[in-house]
Amino acid sequence: MPDTQALVNDFLNKLKKRKIEGSQATARQTAELLRSVISQQRVPYTNQAGALIDAVKAIGEQLIAANPVELAVGNIVRRVLHIIREEDLSLTTAAIGGLNLSAVSDDENDDDRDGDSTLSAAAVAAAARSTLRPPSLQTLLEDTPVSAAVPQTSSSGGDSEGKTADKSSRSRKLKHDVIEAVNELIQDIVTCHEQIAEQAVEHIHQNEVILTLGSSRTVLEFLFAAKEKKRSFRVFVAEGAPRYQGHLLAKELVARGLQTTLITDSAVFAMISRVNMVIVGAHAVMANGGVIAPVGMNLVALAAQKHAVPFVVLAGSHKLCPLYPHNPEVLLNELRSPSELLDFGEFSDCMDFGSGSGSPLLHVVNPAFDYVPPKLVSLFITDAGGHNPSYMYRLIADYYSADDLVVQRRATAGN
Amino acid sequence: MDSRRSSRAVIDPKVRQVGFFTSAPLPPDRTQSDPPDPIRSPPLADASSPGNSLSPVMIPPPRHPSDSLLRLPHSPSDAFPPPSPTTTTTSLGDFSDDVTAASSPPPAAARVRGRGSSVKQQGAASSFPGGGFEVPPSVKAPSSVPASGLTTVSVVKLPPGISENAGGSVSVEVQSDRALNSKPLKEKTSKAERRAIQEAQRAAKAAAKAEGIKTPAVTALANAKSAKSTKPSPQRNDSAVVVAASEKKGGDRSVEKDRKKDVPHPRMQYDDKSRVQKLKKRSVVKPTEARNRVELFRHLPQYEHGTQLPVLQSKFFQLDTLHPAVYKVGLQYLSGDICGGNARCIAMLQAFQEAIRDYSTPPAKTLSRDLTAKISSYVSFLIDCRPLSVSMGNAIRFLKSQIAKIPISLSESEAKATLHSDIERFINEKIILADRVIVKHAVTKIRDGDVLLTYGSSSAVEMILQHAHELGKQFRVVIVDSRPKHEGKLLLRRLVRKGLSCTYTHINAISYIMHEVTRVFLGASSVLSNGTVYSRVGTACVAMVAYGFHIPVLVCCEAYKFHERVQLDSICSNELGDPDSISKVPGREDINHLDGWDKSENLQLLNLIYDATPSDYVSLIITDYGMIPPTSVPVIVREYGRGQLWIYEECDPLASPGRCSDAVFFVDGLIFYPSQHLVLSFWFPDRPPSGLNNDLLERSDNFVTVAENGNFTNFEL
Repeated sequence: MPDTQALVNDFLNKLKKRKIEGSQATARQTAELLRSVISQQRVPYTNQAGALIDAVKAIGEQLIAANPVELAVGNIVRRVLHIIREEDLSLTTAAIGGLNLSAVSDDENDDDRDGDSTLSAAAVAAAARSTLRPPSLQTLLEDTPVSAAVPQTSSSGGDSEGKTADKSSRSRKLKHDVIEAVNELIQDIVTCHEQIAEQAVEHIHQNEVILTLGSSRTVLEFLFAAKEKKRSFRVFVAEGAPRYQGHLLAKELVARGLQTTLITDSAVFAMISRVNMVIVGAHAVMANGGVIAPVGMNLVALAAQKHAVPFVVLAGSHKLCPLYPHNPEVLLNELRSPSELLDFGEFSDCMDFGSGSGSPLLHVVNPAFDYVPPKLVSLFITDAGGHNPSYMYRLIADYYSADDLVVQRRATAGN
Repeated sequence: MDSRRSSRAVIDPKVRQVGFFTSAPLPPDRTQSDPPDPIRSPPLADASSPGNSLSPVMIPPPRHPSDSLLRLPHSPSDAFPPPSPTTTTTSLGDFSDDVTAASSPPPAAARVRGRGSSVKQQGAASSFPGGGFEVPPSVKAPSSVPASGLTTVSVVKLPPGISENAGGSVSVEVQSDRALNSKPLKEKTSKAERRAIQEAQRAAKAAAKAEGIKTPAVTALANAKSAKSTKPSPQRNDSAVVVAASEKKGGDRSVEKDRKKDVPHPRMQYDDKSRVQKLKKRSVVKPTEARNRVELFRHLPQYEHGTQLPVLQSKFFQLDTLHPAVYKVGLQYLSGDICGGNARCIAMLQAFQEAIRDYSTPPAKTLSRDLTAKISSYVSFLIDCRPLSVSMGNAIRFLKSQIAKIPISLSESEAKATLHSDIERFINEKIILADRVIVKHAVTKIRDGDVLLTYGSSSAVEMILQHAHELGKQFRVVIVDSRPKHEGKLLLRRLVRKGLSCTYTHINAISYIMHEVTRVFLGASSVLSNGTVYSRVGTACVAMVAYGFHIPVLVCCEAYKFHERVQLDSICSNELGDPDSISKVPGREDINHLDGWDKSENLQLLNLIYDATPSDYVSLIITDYGMIPPTSVPVIVREYGRGQLWIYEECDPLASPGRCSDAVFFVDGLIFYPSQHLVLSFWFPDRPPSGLNNDLLERSDNFVTVAENGNFTNFEL
């Protein structure tokens, strides 16, 4: 699999050099890379799932290390791992359907897949089911007696195929299913804008005044979807220094015929009292409902809270990160080049490097991201609908397997 | 009557006196009031009488009578309970009744119900001129009535001799007046005083009108009143009344004018077409209006930037009415060479100085009128160049009042010299010295190891940082900057040159950088009467985030920038800058998304210059009168509005710290540092300022408890 390695290295380089901008692009490319990795991966006769998981984990770890701040990479790796587990489980349950003693087969299965507990496999199955269906009271009720419920439901759909005869077809089927599922995931990532934008009319009314900061494709599509439905509203765009992506957004909005006012970031507080709703995109959404967003967002969120303006975050499901943040302002942040604020050499005339302790008198701080705590967020709109910040952990549990939260190879695993 | 007047004379000047106090040179009115003779200087007394006569109204019922009785052991022996009829006849809203009731008790029986329910007789009151808490005896009677403050006012503001005639009508007026004057209840005494002045004046007018139309009840009342007033000092009575009457009219009218001046004029609204047309006719600059104006800001002028300058330059030789110095300053405003409240104000004043120096009164005109008109034309030219800042508005107001004050007898050269020195004094005292005082105050708030954050470029903050650095304090500065002006870069350059350790960032990163900050120092363009800080746009964001991080926000602002306007948002009043500077990012050629789009109908570029920081975010305002909470701004505005100039040179507490003690009072929301410029003579007139050594123990809405040499005293607010 040298070609895979080349692909991976190429992608790693891109990530390290920050060539890929935007979590959506990153997520899509990660998923595509992992798909090709899976398709290239030779699976052993037994324990195919384990082999796939190991392979994905190995690459996933490199990818995450390449750009730890781009949480979408980790998210997608975890999603793919989750998909593998899920597909394996559904195949297993289908295969063991004919057997009478489900508990025994579960144990067998356990041994196959390096010591995963029965309970976690069942939990994964439950989680898998709930991803397919919107969360409902029924799902929640079903979830509680997990271990008891799983074998029963699976046994009903089981076929009386011979286990041994099935083995080879099963291995091919697993890979095929996984690749199918990853394709679906890529599709989801690509179309998440549309799914989010579909909900726009439910949130934007006539003559609304909306404020946004920086540029986000999701926000653009969202606003434009509302515009297409003949809603007329005005948009204030804060330019989002030092990247000034707001200019880009303003241009796009104007091109699509929306009434747009471009303001400086410093005028956010002044203008927010006349704003009905703040709609912003996010870089990542953490499990606690906190948002990693372009720098300046916390300012907007605080101002919105002060004036009781709803603060709505649009995020595709690939931005949902299953991790709980610790000191995210620093640990999940990135300092960009000072040249965005001060020209190189601009202050060379008044810097005296020759004297003093040698430490420069001038520091320039240019962080890339801001952390918005969950209490400042009024609503998340994802492709799975609108959610409270407090609900995000549950939504996230649907997408990820608890075993994958830490993507780290065991020390023994070789590469 | 006389006693009443004299007691007023005792108190009224003190109410106004908020200047600096030292024990040695007592202000003239104070010394005047010192002698215990109750029958002194009736004209003076009368002129000021309505002012303080209101004080009992504002005094809430005593909370700790025992305390205050202890405090004033000399008075209770003189105390008289109010006659019973007073209490029985009173009913809320029945004004004539109240009047009768109030006037019926003999003056000697007047009961004090004021501060701490110190009960005093008039003799005591006058012999202790400093005892500012007790009210004039004649006034005390009504206050003893358990009626609402409203009724008491109606009694109190009756001018002696005249206004009884129209007692009823007057009181009605009072009511309506009060409704009109619904202002924050903060500055109780000063407001009360002013209101009383106004009401008294109205009363006088009404009385003049209603002469001869006397209802029997009112007549009776008048009789009672006159009887009462004659008792204490019959020998002076007649003349006093006459003098009082005439004095009152004149004095009150001027006071009334002052009062009206105090109410800020409505600002020019640029969405009012007719007025804009009128303005255009007058204006010299003739700017072209911007095309894509933001709908929300129609009421603000927004002109095509850069068009005025060439026009003005070409007009230089046609504008013969304009003094070249003023013209130059106008151009500098227009091009942005001079910006910042202080710099603009000083430049303007110096230009006016030059203009006044070269001024000569045209024949058949008086200097004061012609010069005022001239200044007004200059001002309107400057407004055309750039809207006035609050600081400039205040300076212009000062200059005009100084011009108006020039006596006609003064020769032209003398008048010009006076004005010249007045302007000089204004610049020195209000700006330069004020900044120095602010620096002295603020430096005490900087400790070693601090990380100080500042936003934009404020001259006061810069001086503070430099001074602290010169003092050898070890601290770091975080300079937060914003588009489009990037004023912080200039500040950064100056500070780095001086060797300060600086961190530079932009406003979006404020939440990131705020973690390490220990103090936030902000400048202000103006501080408004409701505590709102009107400053460079973005200040509110910085203050908000600091507030969110529980970091103290210190606003440094000279008191001459305070303004009695109130404002809740940044939209009703603001200034719009050049919109083109929004779409272009200098030094970043890659940001060119909006090239060619600014002509689009749908795109508006908004370049706000100022924003309003709510007072909740401000921990402290450092001003030349000390460090005050934002709630005390109206008090400063009120007292400052009197046009008093404090002479720093005479008793600069910082120059001679030994002369004043370090007592601190919190009264009416004000932190009083007697060692600085505000002394509480107004609240504690009987305390020699040198002896102040009190600690605040407790403060509530109505009183403060102060420990004084081991005694606890409640001072009601």
